[in-house]
Amino acid sequence: MTNIEKAINNIKDDLEFSDDELQKYDYIIDIGKKLPAFNDENQQDIYLVQGCTSQVWLVPTIKDDILTLEGTSDAIIVKGLVYIILDIFNNRTIQEIQEFDVNILNELGLSEIITPNRQSGVQGMIKKIMEVSKNG
Amino acid sequence: MSYKQYFPYFKNSGITYLDSGATTQKPQSVIDSELEYYTNYCANTHRSNFGDANKATIEYEDTRKYLQTFINAKQKEEIIFTKGVTESINFIASSFAKKFKTIIISSLEHHANIVPWHMQGRSLGNGLEVVGYKDNFAFDFDEFEKILQNNPDSFVSVTHISNAFGTINDVKKICKLAHQYNAYVLVDGAQSLAHKKIDIQDINCDFFVMSGHKTFAPTGVGAIYIKENLLDKVEPYQTGGASIKTVTYNESVLLASPYKFEAGTQNIAGVIGFKNALEFINKIGYEDIESIEHKLYEYLHNELAKIDDVVFYNTTKDTISNKSFNIKGLIHDDVGILLDKQKIAIRVGHHCAMPIMEKLELKGTIRVSLAFYNDFDDIDKFIIALKRALQMLKD
Repeated sequence: MTNIEKAINNIKDDLEFSDDELQKYDYIIDIGKKLPAFNDENQQDIYLVQGCTSQVWLVPTIKDDILTLEGTSDAIIVKGLVYIILDIFNNRTIQEIQEFDVNILNELGLSEIITPNRQSGVQGMIKKIMEVSKNG
Repeated sequence: MSYKQYFPYFKNSGITYLDSGATTQKPQSVIDSELEYYTNYCANTHRSNFGDANKATIEYEDTRKYLQTFINAKQKEEIIFTKGVTESINFIASSFAKKFKTIIISSLEHHANIVPWHMQGRSLGNGLEVVGYKDNFAFDFDEFEKILQNNPDSFVSVTHISNAFGTINDVKKICKLAHQYNAYVLVDGAQSLAHKKIDIQDINCDFFVMSGHKTFAPTGVGAIYIKENLLDKVEPYQTGGASIKTVTYNESVLLASPYKFEAGTQNIAGVIGFKNALEFINKIGYEDIESIEHKLYEYLHNELAKIDDVVFYNTTKDTISNKSFNIKGLIHDDVGILLDKQKIAIRVGHHCAMPIMEKLELKGTIRVSLAFYNDFDDIDKFIIALKRALQMLKD
């Protein structure tokens, strides 16, 4: 199992502690609060993820073939989802990300990640991470 | 009495559906009529001459006659079927209205009545004028008249009811004033046909565009009314089979309206379903529909007003069906997600009306959109879910 898959499994375990859909979102709201402070200087249009109704900023940096990510959102739940995405992809090697099958993210069972809604900021983030890993 | 029993969606989904401005649910009779066409007499219209083809043609044309009477048009030739409001506006924008120097729209238009004009190279002050509003989003007739004075012989394209804020425009007055300045008027009835009785001769517009799917009919069907005196002047924007009288290698001679406008095979089942939807409305009657919706709308507004930090953008005066609001300090997306998890279907975002959102300096709103099949229980469930969502987000 890759590090990315391990991270997904850990989040899955955390999300599955309750059958109550709303409790999952309580958890997502809580982890959003743990998101590292975002550098205000990076709150620029170039870091805005396309296709978001709420705003999502994502700053990807590649150094020594490792992708580091900084991100945030102005929406509370999306912030939690940003935390989840960063937990999965931050500090992974480019090769790991390139080899990753994004469909595995569906196992998290989060409709914001699964739904093919063109407004979805979370999907925009994932797309951007995959693009950056591919194109450098 | 609740009309939900006639709509199978409510029994099957368990959802509190408050998004009728996006699309309405379909009564069983509409679903049955589509099924009946596909299972019993599926054939093309206006072409072949065998039994099922004739039945399909008769049923299809029955909808035209029904819709003519339904909106009080003078003749059935004034009714042309389309895919919906977006296609109807694009049709007129790219044919009849294209030659006009100036297009006049209101501030509350849906993108469907903005983007087609931009695609023609028009921009604000350059072939496109926008009428502002007064208190409570009331159409600014003073500004409208000034624009008409400066731009006589224009083409006016305005919404009847705002999809985001539920504001009802006085389209009869708009038409009267526009005609004084030799302008033509298209009224976007996307949000009105499901809620208000339409008397096209009383409104006296030149074009009226309608959506089937927002009026309890299937998706992919709509119609445009074109006033009789314009039927010969309006050119079709697409041509092909079934729209022609004769074709040689040298030339094509088109049929008269409505057939010259309905090229290619139409959404036959959808059009037939449309009639069933209109029949359903007639059975209930607009008087009851308006009465139910008015009570629900007032109740919704009053219940929302009790919640701390609710921000409204208009009162309930001259509004119908659609209610937009925000919660101070919260992004609408967060509320939308948590309502969805509680099986409440509402829409959050810019509602395809980005210019008015920008003018109000909003990223979007939370919109509740009612239809006559909703009841007080729906609103109570929505308010309880909203309170729970706010509790989670504000903790």
